[in-house]
Amino acid sequence: MLRILPLTLLLVIAGCSAAPVGQTVHDPYEGANRQVHTFNKNVNAALSGDDDGEDRGPMLHPDLSALVINFSDNAGGPGMVLNGLLQGNIKSASTNAFRFVLNTLVGIGGIFDPADAIGLEEIETDFGHTMAVWGIPEGAYLELPLLGPSSERDITGRVVDMFIDPLGHYGTDTQNTAATVAGIGARVLKRDQYGAAIDSVFNESADSYVQTRLIYLQNRRFDLGLEAAEEVDPYADLYGE
Amino acid sequence: MNRRQMIAVTTSAMILPQTVHALSVDASQQLVSGLVAEVNAIIASGQSEAAMINEFARIFDVYSDVPTIARYCLGADARSASPAEMQAYTVAFRSYIARKYGRRFREFIGGEITVQGAVPVKSWIEVETAVLLRGRSPLQMDFHVSDRSGSHKFFNFIIEGVNMLLTERAEIGALLDRQGRDMNALIAQIGS
Repeated sequence: MLRILPLTLLLVIAGCSAAPVGQTVHDPYEGANRQVHTFNKNVNAALSGDDDGEDRGPMLHPDLSALVINFSDNAGGPGMVLNGLLQGNIKSASTNAFRFVLNTLVGIGGIFDPADAIGLEEIETDFGHTMAVWGIPEGAYLELPLLGPSSERDITGRVVDMFIDPLGHYGTDTQNTAATVAGIGARVLKRDQYGAAIDSVFNESADSYVQTRLIYLQNRRFDLGLEAAEEVDPYADLYGE
Repeated sequence: MNRRQMIAVTTSAMILPQTVHALSVDASQQLVSGLVAEVNAIIASGQSEAAMINEFARIFDVYSDVPTIARYCLGADARSASPAEMQAYTVAFRSYIARKYGRRFREFIGGEITVQGAVPVKSWIEVETAVLLRGRSPLQMDFHVSDRSGSHKFFNFIIEGVNMLLTERAEIGALLDRQGRDMNALIAQIGS
């Protein structure tokens, strides 16, 4: 049953309508998304404490949090290699494969990133990216509880990634537990790094839902690099229409 | 300026620049190099937040086309606004943008911005920079430079794909909605 879930989700997503032409934001579930947004905003406020405007500083020294993030990224390596192969992107797959081997062996299980030091930077990818390469449309915008902004394609990608992760199939239980714990740690630390930016979007925007949606969609499309970003010429378009 | 003069000025501004001032890749890159040098000096200076925000307001005046950015972000309401309202709004917008992005750039403390190169895109020049931050992946920040204002100025920046003009147009629109689409209430709110 569990094995066919990714396939089912893929069929669901394949049936999703693409955003109408010329429309940047496709958000038919705005009502429900806004309710989730209010929930996420409350959770964020509870986690970041009172907004007294004081700089709390990072939770962990930046060099230390880098180690946790490195380990978690490295554990995600095999999954990224697989996605690179599924995309037919040999450069992405081979770079991430070489990184995984080097960082696991020389970087003491991945807590250091010697590959980065020799100019071999991670080519971040996931199954949402793979689906985009295959031509599956982004689908509707979604805001997920705790996980935040996403899209129909990206939530499907997240689920599929959990099922196809080679580490999950071939790793030992200890390895998988360590990867999971580091993954949660890395999420918290990344949240800590970008906390000030997230807080400002949540607390200082007139409509934080719209801002979150716009920032997520633009940034995700930029990361995937598959379609041209919306260009703005304020000299040709005087009134921003 | 009345509407007819406004149209005359903007129409000539659309036709003339190509012949009168030449939009140049080098001049655009120089503009951004100067801007980046100033921003790097500010984030390395360790000044108070208020002092940094003042510095950023000055930088926006020198390096960017504030009236064009302000008008675009107001959207269709700019058409019905009086010249006096537009002037007051532009002043308020300048202080709003300096406060908001002054605080954002403050997070770059300990980091450094470097200019990567420049290419023509459509009718402007895109200057790519990298924001190098300790313990994080570098951020890509592109500045869009035009000479349509009469000299080389940036009119937009895009951080990791997030377009300032699009984001601020949505935000100013939401602020106007919240104020019952009252221009003076908007000016009072963002100017303080």
